[in-house]
Amino acid sequence: MVLTGAEILIRCLQEEKVEFVFGYPGGSVLYIYDEMFKQDKFKHVLVRHEQAAVHAADAYSRSSQKIGVCLVTSGPGVTNAVTGIATAYMDSIPLVVITGQVPTAYIGQDAFQECDTVGITRPCVKHNFLVKDVKDLATTIKKAFYLAKTGRPGPVLVDIPKDVTNHKCEFSYPKSVTMRSYNPVTKGHTGQIKKAVQLLLEAKRPMIYAGGGVILSDAAELLKKLVKALGFPITNTLMGLGGYPGTDPQFLGMLGMHGTVEANMAMQHCDVLLAIGARFDDRVIGSPDHFAEQPRKIIHIDIDPSSISKRVKVDVPIVGGVSEVLEDLMKQLELAEAKPDAKALADWWQQIAEWRAKDCLKYKQGSKLIMPQFVIQKLYEVTGGNAFVSSDVGQHQMWAAQYYKFDKPRRWINSGGLGTMGFGLPAAMGVHFANPKATVACVTGEASIQMCIQELSTCKQYRLPIKIINLNNRYLGMVRQWQEMFHGNRYAESYIDALPDFVKLAEAYGHVGMQITKPEDVEPALRRAFTEHKNDLVFMDFITDQTANVFPMVAAGKGLSQMILAEDL
Amino acid sequence: MRHIISILLENEAGALSRVSGLFSARAFNIESLTVAPTEDPSLSRMTIVSVGSDDVIEQITKQLNKLIEVVKVVDLSEAAHIERELMLVKVRATGKDREEMKRIADIFRGRIIDVTESTYVIELTGNNAKLDAFLDAIDRTLILETVRTGVCGIGRGDRILKV
Ligand SMILES: Cc1ncc(C[n+]2csc(CCOP(=O)(O)OP(=O)(O)O)c2C)c(N)n1
Repeated sequence: MVLTGAEILIRCLQEEKVEFVFGYPGGSVLYIYDEMFKQDKFKHVLVRHEQAAVHAADAYSRSSQKIGVCLVTSGPGVTNAVTGIATAYMDSIPLVVITGQVPTAYIGQDAFQECDTVGITRPCVKHNFLVKDVKDLATTIKKAFYLAKTGRPGPVLVDIPKDVTNHKCEFSYPKSVTMRSYNPVTKGHTGQIKKAVQLLLEAKRPMIYAGGGVILSDAAELLKKLVKALGFPITNTLMGLGGYPGTDPQFLGMLGMHGTVEANMAMQHCDVLLAIGARFDDRVIGSPDHFAEQPRKIIHIDIDPSSISKRVKVDVPIVGGVSEVLEDLMKQLELAEAKPDAKALADWWQQIAEWRAKDCLKYKQGSKLIMPQFVIQKLYEVTGGNAFVSSDVGQHQMWAAQYYKFDKPRRWINSGGLGTMGFGLPAAMGVHFANPKATVACVTGEASIQMCIQELSTCKQYRLPIKIINLNNRYLGMVRQWQEMFHGNRYAESYIDALPDFVKLAEAYGHVGMQITKPEDVEPALRRAFTEHKNDLVFMDFITDQTANVFPMVAAGKGLSQMILAEDL
Repeated sequence: MRHIISILLENEAGALSRVSGLFSARAFNIESLTVAPTEDPSLSRMTIVSVGSDDVIEQITKQLNKLIEVVKVVDLSEAAHIERELMLVKVRATGKDREEMKRIADIFRGRIIDVTESTYVIELTGNNAKLDAFLDAIDRTLILETVRTGVCGIGRGDRILKV
């Protein structure tokens, strides 16, 4: 069948069972929009800024394990999308980003709305393509979906010049792709897995450290089985939260810069460390030199060989998909005659109990000012721990991570790698499209929310009943915290003056606004929002204690055991 | 340590910038980079000379392998290999310098491939050290221009880099 490039693209997306395309039109993509208009197999979601299109597609993927798809125009459409693409890239989220380009004959002529899309996005995509001939379009789209999801996932961009979308050729969608240059390993090396099992069974002070790879690989159930079989303590990274049940007694909480005492100390003092789908990020282990001061054997499971021994040398590398490797590891464990050393484990748990007794996340909720931690705790109670929670970046993000206990994967949606303010609201939209019946909350700050506030309009158009939990401290709180702790209380440009009246702002966009100023109103207001206003978007502006800081804290460049606790100050 | 990394990659527009972009984005060092299509025109062969600790070189090879268009990567310096570089040097050659220049070029097995009344272009192949030695051997003030291709290398004997 002979079709135009635009028709081919639409057919490809249908073949890939795409449900939603998040996008924003413009000159170079008009043929595509025209063809989309004529079909109803998938829906288009019109955002208000291209950054939001990418964040929404990204969160759609994070919360559903499907591939997110977005479509933007050339030039400014692309440059606006770059923040979103880089955000997805840092967190290994599978996306297909389709961008319009000026007609092939105009490329390189500084044409209207031309930019070197492939060049600009090259460092923040898993791969990108410029399609110069309509005959290559269908295979390129097939490759894009294949690359996005396999191996270490990531965003793949396809740049399509306008004339290509209007040229015709015979269409047939390839059934499969093979690329001689791309063959990701998914199955772990049996010999290495045996070595790992042996090390785990000999461990006296074992520790499991699991990251976002567990979630990306849909391995939460397997991980739980393994941890239960071993009886070992486990921690999650910021990206891994929900990969292991947050309320389970073997869970030590999140580790890292704002990790719990028990997680960080166990990480530092273990003798065998099993790292699963995690990458020893600087915010997670702090200084590699300090980390190396306590020698331990490290087993590292990761799909990406370049993540292994990048920041920390490991003893038993296992390259493979987390779920494939964990499955084999479980089998080997069942075959092994030895059992974990019960006596040593009991002593180790005893030590952990002492660290736990510090109760490092305690805080005091007085009668006057609302503590931000209290809001999250109440949010957790009111939603029964079952909400999807997206967040922006700053103190509120850390409190959400610390105080909302995620028992299930894909519920905690945040920009961990790039730390993108503005992510929260569009992400909540994407979550809603993937999970239309779910409860969706967006935990944000008065600064972050303003970075994509225009999406309140998108939320109105599509009737997205998101609950925005704005922890309003009138400061770039995380910046203020660093200035207080490391820059002699000089609050350079971290006070947010001239804030809008968020209640009126929400109302202006056609939503419900609430301002909550007293501790005793926190819970009732949340209950009202989640019951009475179940079907409305509610902007909840919580006026919180401006001086609250996130603890524990490991200062940048320090080691995991060098934590500053709330009680130290 | 100095390493010679050989890469077989898809001969596609943009593949070179992915490799060079990787080196600059991750602050890896490049001493030289050469690239040209192979006997199979769908593939290019690239040789990169880089200096780094074993850990850094390990990261370089892993990161290169991660690029979608890269088919194979080997660190040639891990085993027996041959490396060659081509240099063209334009020198001033007048009066008694003409004889002297020709004599030194002969010693280094260089060839004079262009002659004018006042200049020679000398072609020389060899490893880095040999080319450097030639430049040291001739009178520096007579050098008008030098062009070097950068190193290309190949494994000895049965070591073969092919798809
Ligand atoms: C796009 C972007 N710009 C700047 C930063 C640096 N930054 C990190 S946290 C933060 C403050 C965030 O303030 P707010 O949203 O009010 O949250 P709070 O920390 O007060 O909870 C800033 C400016 C960032 N992460 N992202």
